[in-house]
Amino acid sequence: MTDTIMTWSSVAPAIAEMYLVAAICVILLVDVFAGDKRHGLTPTLTLLALAVGAALTVRYGHVTHHSILFDGMYVADELGYVLKLAGFLIVAVVLLYSRSYLENRDILRGEYYVLALTALLGIFVLVSANSLLTVYIGVELLALSVYAMVAFDRESGIAAESAIKYFVLGAIASGALLYGMSLIYGLTGTLELEQIAVRLHSPSSLGVLLGLVFVVVAVAFKLGAVPFHMWLPDVYEGAPTSVTLFIGTAPKIAYFALALRLLAHGLGGTVAEWSQMLAVLAVLTLVVGNVVALVQTNLKRMLAYSTISNVGFIVLGFVAGTPSGYTAALYYTLIYVLAALGSFGVILLASRKGFEADKLDDYKGLYQRDPLLALAMMMLMFSTAGVPPFVGFWAKLRIFQALWETQHTWLVLIAAAMSVVGAFYYLRIIKLMYFDAPTGELPATVRSMGVRVVLAANAAAVLVLGLLPSALLDLCSRLIH
Amino acid sequence: MQGPLLSVLVWLPIGAGVVVLLLGERNIVAARWVALLATIATLLLSLPLVAHFDTSTSALQFVENVPWIPRFNANYALGLDGISLPLVVLTAFITIPVVIAAWTVIEVRAAQYFAAFLIMEGLMIGVFSATDALLFYFFWEAMLIPMFLIIGIWGGPRRVYATIKFFLYTFLGSVFMLAALIYMYVKAGDYSIASFQALPLTLLEQRWIFVAFLMAFAVKVPMWPVHTWLPDAHVEAPTGGSVILAAIMLKMGGYGFLRFSLPIAPDACRELEMLVITLSLIAVVYIGFVALVQQDMKKLIAYSSIAHMGFVTLGAFLVYDIVRNTGSVQGAGMGLDGAMVQMVSHGLVSGALFLCVGVLYDRMHSRQIADYGGVINTMPIFAAFMVLFCLANTGLPGTSGFVGEFLVIIAAFKASFWYSLLAAVTLVLGAAYTLWLVKRVVFGPIGNDRVAALQDLNGREFIVLAALAIAVLLLGVWPAPLLKIMQPSIHHLVDQAIATKIPL
Repeated sequence: MTDTIMTWSSVAPAIAEMYLVAAICVILLVDVFAGDKRHGLTPTLTLLALAVGAALTVRYGHVTHHSILFDGMYVADELGYVLKLAGFLIVAVVLLYSRSYLENRDILRGEYYVLALTALLGIFVLVSANSLLTVYIGVELLALSVYAMVAFDRESGIAAESAIKYFVLGAIASGALLYGMSLIYGLTGTLELEQIAVRLHSPSSLGVLLGLVFVVVAVAFKLGAVPFHMWLPDVYEGAPTSVTLFIGTAPKIAYFALALRLLAHGLGGTVAEWSQMLAVLAVLTLVVGNVVALVQTNLKRMLAYSTISNVGFIVLGFVAGTPSGYTAALYYTLIYVLAALGSFGVILLASRKGFEADKLDDYKGLYQRDPLLALAMMMLMFSTAGVPPFVGFWAKLRIFQALWETQHTWLVLIAAAMSVVGAFYYLRIIKLMYFDAPTGELPATVRSMGVRVVLAANAAAVLVLGLLPSALLDLCSRLIH
Repeated sequence: MQGPLLSVLVWLPIGAGVVVLLLGERNIVAARWVALLATIATLLLSLPLVAHFDTSTSALQFVENVPWIPRFNANYALGLDGISLPLVVLTAFITIPVVIAAWTVIEVRAAQYFAAFLIMEGLMIGVFSATDALLFYFFWEAMLIPMFLIIGIWGGPRRVYATIKFFLYTFLGSVFMLAALIYMYVKAGDYSIASFQALPLTLLEQRWIFVAFLMAFAVKVPMWPVHTWLPDAHVEAPTGGSVILAAIMLKMGGYGFLRFSLPIAPDACRELEMLVITLSLIAVVYIGFVALVQQDMKKLIAYSSIAHMGFVTLGAFLVYDIVRNTGSVQGAGMGLDGAMVQMVSHGLVSGALFLCVGVLYDRMHSRQIADYGGVINTMPIFAAFMVLFCLANTGLPGTSGFVGEFLVIIAAFKASFWYSLLAAVTLVLGAAYTLWLVKRVVFGPIGNDRVAALQDLNGREFIVLAALAIAVLLLGVWPAPLLKIMQPSIHHLVDQAIATKIPL
């Protein structure tokens, strides 16, 4: 793009980002001046802002064709458009689930909402990045917002500890990313991903490979792939559950986009190299994630390892190195986020003031205390385990298919075996909820109608998408091709 | 006969299950009646299938085909042939006794109990009638969920162990089958079972696919040595769960061999038939001895099921030896005929036996053989039924148990004298453990005061057992209609099994 005149049509695809910046400023100001007096104002306003943002994006930001904007910094395509809409939706659901949790702990403060929005902005930047610079800005905007969110409950020591761990390790990963980018920039002479793709040729030089290694490490860290997963269980466990819910969902789509734009598109010429690296990471991730999850006693920590094992499947999609594989990874990511939203949502609804509901034993006999919560959790767990008729089955099927198409027999067998190991700890939760009797006096679950409807819809989506998977599969395929 | 009859058979029970779930414990009476009416309606609706079934062709009938996932060429495709029709009717039939037997016996979360069985019924009919491999797998796996809950919620003291073992065992078997199905999809371009059957595959590919299928189906049947989940699951499951497990779910393994292994990987089957035959004979003989020493009635019947299912897998894989020995296709299907009849018969007999144990358990809350003795003195009508079903289990002529075992043993004789000798040994063993069970539980002097206080069958239990008794006897004296329904499909299956699929 050489034209320097900005026309509406050349900036319209970025409506979501521009609008979000404005909305963040307004909400920040409103919160500063009115937030203390009117407690529910910021949450409501934020949800409203998300709804308006989604509507504006649908109205003005819809793109069907691939185009490069802002002097090569920004790519506008349908993938970005859909992922942004998904981002609006996911963050809205996260905020809906979080509200009562925050209220119960007297930490319903505007900062949480503003930080969620800045993180969302980071996600948007990342999703549409076409330059190493934009990628880096997106990564940092998202990461810094999330570090702050983890530490956001000032009273909690463990949250502060997690935030520091996250920040230090995250900084190392950012360093690795920057270093890898600088090598690639030095060898190709351009920051633009599309140009890098043109200029990189197989076989790659040693310098490019070195840069690639650092980039892969950074991506693996962000996704939480073994052996760069150390931060993930600690942060999931230590952060306030509402923040865990956020970290476990919305950023995943951004990091999927990061892997796709950076590895599959920008560094597509080195697919043979990075797919081998990712294959090793994927196997490690599947084995460690699933096996270590077996022995957890804390539900948040167990779900953290479950996240890691699911990341293994997402990485497997990239290992295939084909559009079919990327489609599978995208589908898996979206399905995973859907299930994670619901599972952490259940933890939030089961928690009360002074009671975190994060031990596995807190779920004993949940069915008798709250049938809806138990039913939703059961559906989500079966889905994550990959049992039909729930949608998680299709996500796994799609990954297997991509691997067979590229003749990765061993990866199929390992992934299949590991999904059986994984099934065990999902079954354990169902066992606790349905087969065991409740122990002791536990506080009642959250009964507010609105959020329970959201949870029911979340669980229903897992079933309906499982019975009729065609539309979402088609959409994912169209976005990648 | 047009109209989506099979879809109705699949979704009517599932829909009724959801209704029962919504009615809940507060409307338990209504829930019960909805459950009963739905199962009866399902059986009645399955009768037109038999009446309008064309016994002159092996082609699929009552076909339904709607695109499901166009991207994968996967269809919502249902259809029946002579192999699946008897199993669909059996499923529709067996669920009714399960519902009646649980009528007032289940006290905790009864509505959910009925709902679970209704949903199971729909899914099981789906398994037998799916003609698209993806749809088949979908039903096949989905079925695990209600069964997992049935054993886990309403089961005995070690239910959690049993149900998780059950789930993981079957899940482990199935994921490798899924991997094989996807592999064939990538080669064939669609998921229809027919195109998998027509797909040329090298011997190496067939071997791997055979192993993947064997893992899935051998666990389900179950074959020795992957049978260990079954005694646990049976002992801990509530009566209805045991009945469905024994009567229908085990049949899915056998059905899988007939529908997938033999036609899709015929060359590998020919090469590896000895493996299956050996495992079957071990199941038939060794498990027979294991059954002999059981102290728990349910465990004894569970082991007896494994031995009887050994006849099914034995019969299914005799076809190669028969063709090799006799040099002709004529009569090669006899083992398969026997396997099918054995499946239907065992469905009825084992279901009935578990219901009998359930009747006793409801009264005495014990399954230990030692706690009984002389039941005939206080429960003469029950004793008559129990003896009948036990005799059917031993394969007494005139009962359904005889037909299947007899066909398999004759086929085994055609294949090899030693096979038939070993298989015939179990007739003796089967008679030994079953009759010894009868002797210790039913006959003799009254064992203790609790037996002395037993009440005979009530009307509800009588209806259930009488219906099963009629079916067992009818199939025993007049198996011809069943054989006639199966005939063309078995012929076709023999042709598929002995053909080669290796590309030249």
